[in-house]
Amino acid sequence: MPSSTAAARGTRPGPEAMASLTRHWAEAPSLRTWFGTVDHKRIGRRYLVTAAVFFGFAGASAVAMRTQLAGPEAGILSPREYNQLFTMHGTAMIFLFSTPMLFGFGNFLVPLMIGARDMAFPRLNAFGYWVFLFAGLFMWASVPAGAAPNGGWFAYVPLTDERNTPGLHLDVYTLGLLFLGISTTSGAVNFIVTALKLRAPGMSLNRVPVFVWAIVATSFMVLVALPVLNLDNALLFLDRRFDTRFFEPERGGNVLLWQHLFWIFGHPDVYIIVMPALGIVSAVLPVFCRRGIVGYPLIVFSIVAIAIISFGVWVHHMFATGLPQLSYGFFSAASTVITIPSGLQIFAWLATMLVGRIVVSVPFLFVVGFLVTFVVGGVTGVMFALTAFDQQTTDTYFVVAHFHYVLFGGAVFPILAGVYYWLPKMTGRMFSVRLGRWAFWLVFVGMNLTFFPMHVSGLLGMPRRVYTYPGGLGWDPWNLLATIGAYVVAAGLLLVAVGVVHALRRGAPAPDDPWGGDSLEWTTSSPPKPYNFPVIPRVHSLHPNWDPRTVESTGPGATEDRILAEGRTTLCTSELDGRYERPVEMPEETRKPLLAAVGLLMVFLGLLLAWYWVAAAGAALVIGTLAAWLWPPRRTPQEAGVAG
Amino acid sequence: MTPADLRTALRPAGLVTEQPVGRSTAWWGVMLFIATEGTVFAALLGSYFYLRFQHGVPWPPDGIAQPDLRLPLVMTAVLVPSSLPVAWAEAGIRRGRRWQVRAGLLATLVMGGTFLGLQGMEYHENLREYTVTTNVYGSLFYVITTFHGAHVTVGLFMVCWLLAAAGRGGVSARRPEPVRVVAYYWHFVDAVWVAILFTVYLSPRL
Amino acid sequence: MAGGEWAGHRRPLAPVARIVGCGLLVLLGGCSGGAPSTLDPAGTGARRVEGLWWLLFWISVVVFAEVMALLAWALVFRRRPDRRISRVEPTRFVVVAGAGVPFVILLAAYGVGLRDLAALRQPESPPAVTVDVTGHKWWWEVRYAGVDGATANEIRIPVGEPVRVRLRTVDVLHSFWVPQLMPKTDLIAGKVRETWLRAERPGEYRGQCAEYCGLQHAHMALQVVAQPRAEFDAWLARLAAPAATPDSDAERRGQQAFLQGTCVACHTVRGTAATGTVGPDLSTLGARWSLGAGAVPNDGGHLGGWIVNSQTVKPGNAMPPQPVDAAALPDLIAYLESLR
Ligand code: HEA
Ligand code: HEA
Ligand code: HEC
Ligand code: CUA
Ligand SMILES: [Cu+2]
Repeated sequence: MPSSTAAARGTRPGPEAMASLTRHWAEAPSLRTWFGTVDHKRIGRRYLVTAAVFFGFAGASAVAMRTQLAGPEAGILSPREYNQLFTMHGTAMIFLFSTPMLFGFGNFLVPLMIGARDMAFPRLNAFGYWVFLFAGLFMWASVPAGAAPNGGWFAYVPLTDERNTPGLHLDVYTLGLLFLGISTTSGAVNFIVTALKLRAPGMSLNRVPVFVWAIVATSFMVLVALPVLNLDNALLFLDRRFDTRFFEPERGGNVLLWQHLFWIFGHPDVYIIVMPALGIVSAVLPVFCRRGIVGYPLIVFSIVAIAIISFGVWVHHMFATGLPQLSYGFFSAASTVITIPSGLQIFAWLATMLVGRIVVSVPFLFVVGFLVTFVVGGVTGVMFALTAFDQQTTDTYFVVAHFHYVLFGGAVFPILAGVYYWLPKMTGRMFSVRLGRWAFWLVFVGMNLTFFPMHVSGLLGMPRRVYTYPGGLGWDPWNLLATIGAYVVAAGLLLVAVGVVHALRRGAPAPDDPWGGDSLEWTTSSPPKPYNFPVIPRVHSLHPNWDPRTVESTGPGATEDRILAEGRTTLCTSELDGRYERPVEMPEETRKPLLAAVGLLMVFLGLLLAWYWVAAAGAALVIGTLAAWLWPPRRTPQEAGVAG
Repeated sequence: MTPADLRTALRPAGLVTEQPVGRSTAWWGVMLFIATEGTVFAALLGSYFYLRFQHGVPWPPDGIAQPDLRLPLVMTAVLVPSSLPVAWAEAGIRRGRRWQVRAGLLATLVMGGTFLGLQGMEYHENLREYTVTTNVYGSLFYVITTFHGAHVTVGLFMVCWLLAAAGRGGVSARRPEPVRVVAYYWHFVDAVWVAILFTVYLSPRL
Repeated sequence: MAGGEWAGHRRPLAPVARIVGCGLLVLLGGCSGGAPSTLDPAGTGARRVEGLWWLLFWISVVVFAEVMALLAWALVFRRRPDRRISRVEPTRFVVVAGAGVPFVILLAAYGVGLRDLAALRQPESPPAVTVDVTGHKWWWEVRYAGVDGATANEIRIPVGEPVRVRLRTVDVLHSFWVPQLMPKTDLIAGKVRETWLRAERPGEYRGQCAEYCGLQHAHMALQVVAQPRAEFDAWLARLAAPAATPDSDAERRGQQAFLQGTCVACHTVRGTAATGTVGPDLSTLGARWSLGAGAVPNDGGHLGGWIVNSQTVKPGNAMPPQPVDAAALPDLIAYLESLR
């Protein structure tokens, strides 16, 4: 096995090598490759666009809800419609927007940031996208059909059992989330293995960008948390369809089991959403402070700490259900403690700003918006951590205010920062700064105008999930303000969309490194070539692009063992210290992932509509496709090295 | 240990314990997949205990008899040792002995199939007493065991797939991965059964 | 940490804090009457939590101000192009400001929170009155232990005394919440939950179901009326007695219509043949504050509308439209209004 120091120096890839790379990696622009692509950049972009569309649907639902709530006793939406809309709004924002959007960033960025040419399992990656798309359509299709989920995003039993909610509503919910879970799980496995095995040589764990750390920690959380949700949904589906008794008190079941399982997933899930977003902040903020992030080890520690502690706080969503006082004491303490790692991160960012030199660009504006709003959401979270206070405010608009401040502030602002920051890399186009600034101010002002008044209406006693409310209780002005705010936010987000389209159509060509960034994605062209890096870099520090030795390793210092132009290959390195192990073959485009996803769609549609033979046919299709997909290539006995 | 051995062991080269090469991507992928599957089972068995203790005595409720242990113990005796032929097959592929792979996998196939057959017999018995809709106990019993049985079935599919692929030279000493992957999965299914034996069959007697 | 001062009844700084706080939040409604506001407590439990809120509020203000000040400093002074980028790593600052100081603050707040939680558990003296409240989709059935009679969506309690509330649900989860008196208690299917109320001053306190319970979760309000003991006792005696008998011809005709209609299948009027239990007991309907758990005010016009088709005012509720003869309706209304 050649080690890079031993190999000849000065072998910058020649024209033949470049041609060979292109030949092996490029995908001909045909319909066939469109459906069969395994390129993480294309898949990542698809994730982003699809999640943005679902965001649009969920946001439109919210605007409709706010319109209904603008004044008391309004009749714009019927209760039936309202309840489906708020459920779909929450469910889609959490499951179909936040996580897939951030997975989209991860998909596009993780291989680029670690100096790899693709994800560890490119076909699994494609499969994950198709499943996400189909699961999203599966759930949204229920809205025009009038059969959308209507039990709230946490779907408490017994309201959601067959007796209290007949019809397909909750079957769409349980099956849709199970379907989607397959995508999220495969994505998580892929991220972890990619980050563990495909890092460029020299990228030991203490040189892994914070964003990648965040994605990996998130993925571990997904692998532990999501199975619990899947189990919960499977049990509910069985109760509804096949009359099992898990949640039926009359037959020995227990309704709180649902809540426990849901929140054992649900609480980690909110950090699953926010952690990659915080990772985006840690990627964007230092670049515009023109220095490395302060306290990198502290931040990594915080990420890991949050990932662990978040599994010990779920009962704070059940503070009014009457569990033993002792458990409240424990979970209240854990919920309080979890703020410490968040505080560390906030102050690490502030410190970075205080010792750096700030450039207020559009992405940075969104980071500032994030800091302001996330702290507001965080401090109200701490309030709920104290059981007595939570019992008073739970299930009111005060909670709605809290979680929008952390979700909109903690996830949407970083996502928007990321959109502006990486748009040049993803599309090769610069955006209009003026449009960007307008968008920021509209979103920022609108967001606060929407959600701040909800603190007040909540304290004034307004419960959440009401389709209307009586006038004269002091709630009217706050609701009106919130509704106005929602329209302002919508206008701001529309400007974001306009900005993206404008950049694609009219934008100036983007340079490779418009911001002077520190991580590896800025060392390749904008947009990157299908093979990402003509030479896989050798990493010498946490800030490879600011580090002359790393830069040199892809130029004059390039070596054959990192060019790997023969075949479709990338590098495997060791898990902890990123030592060179061996090149590995990467798979080519294939439509089998799509076929397997179609099979799954048949399974879930069959289950939903009780056409069990369709489900069986779908299962057969999935199994057959997988068997063929994993079928090992034929080898002669000599090649294989076997004896009989 | 002879003094010579000791001297060898204490030489710098002997102290280097790091593996020259880390795990493969496939290994990691399977391990993570198994970890997440294991969490499903953990949550399922955790739910069993939660429901049981929230329910209170008697458990099993509604006059259902304590689970009969005879058949489950036979099933255990069939399934748990079935990990051995798999391990043997895996050892065979490292040495390039394709016949050993085939023989090992066939043995596993037979044992796994027997297990499923026995499970069918057990259901046949139990269904006369209670079904999945009788009460929460029935739901737990059948859902847990069926879910595990489904995993055994998937494992058997994988073994069949491997038998077919092994015949075509797809697995070999240089590409032992498929055999190892199937082996890990099978050991996992086995281990889960032990947990189920304890939870479903033994714990009600505690 | 002067936790007790924040959380207890007597807080010397409280008025100041409240005025400043209101100014900051522009809590128009909270500081004025009218709203079922958690910041306008009238009960022992809610007052505890109000104290806790102001503590948490001020912690939050301070934390937020600190972060904003640092942010503003950075944005103003670290922006000029001539700034030298510092190479120092201020990790100690990060650990102290981000972990150390918050830890101390949080520890104190946690202690106060635990104390308040313990205080919410039980009233200081054992309650003499027990109310049994049962959640239905979407109304509250209200009974008093030892009293044979029922009302709906209205709980009367003697002022100044602790009252035990036992909570059950016949269907889905609901949550019992009267913001000015006591934090929430969820109603859990298959369980009996318990909480208590103690009103410090007479008055009417609006409460509302706080756990999403389906289509008409929005219209599942209730009212707690705190009255002097004598008035309460009189009311309770009224509840236990048979319903008022009709006085006028119209009322008598109304009673006829009621007893011959479908109403009796679902409703009880004590002392008559109507003994249904699907819907609210109507024996004292005329004296109640609303129809349909806060859906509409309780007056003649709304009552007629409710009977003929309650689905227009509270779509999806469990009472089907009633085919009452238009001519008989005014009598029926008169009868029901006479039930006080
Ligand atoms: C991105 C998502 C996100 C994030 C990051 C958080 C962060 C936190 N959340 Fe939140 N939460 C939600 C999403 C999120 N939450 C959602 C969706 C719900 C409602 C679900 C539903 O019912 O529909 C919810 C509900 C919820 C509840 C239950 C409320 C109820 O229903 O009754 C609780 C209770 O403890 C809680 C607590 C917290 C805490 C302690 C934090 C902490 O992690 C916050 C930590 C951050 C800070 C505190 C700010 C920065 C720190 C400093 C500047 C240091 C100094 C600070 C102090 C000294 C205070 N959250
Ligand atoms: C990430 C999560 C997220 C986000 C971003 C939002 C965003 C918004 N949310 Fe909500 N919300 C939730 C998660 C989220 N929400 C959850 C989990 C619940 C609980 C549900 C439940 O109780 O079950 C909830 C509940 C909830 C309620 C309470 C309903 C009730 O209890 O009755 C309300 C009420 O006002 C509301 C309003 C809004 C509004 C006005 C926005 C606005 O900010 C929306 C703005 C968005 C748009 C207007 C879309 C515009 C998009 C485009 C134009 C496309 C461009 C896209 C790009 C290129 C990026 N949300
Ligand atoms: C099928 C059952 C049913 C029948 C028949 C029925 N009701 Fe009802 N009624 C209900 C239920 C259930 C409610 C509570 C609805 C809610 O608030 O959600 C109710 C509520 C009411 C209320 C409001 C009570 C309150 O305290 O808010 C009145 C008044 C009323 N019914 C009168 C009548 C009259 C008069 C008739 C016959 C002409 C009638 N009902 C027939 C089930 C019924
Ligand atoms: Cu009852 Cu909400
Ligand atoms: Cu939480």
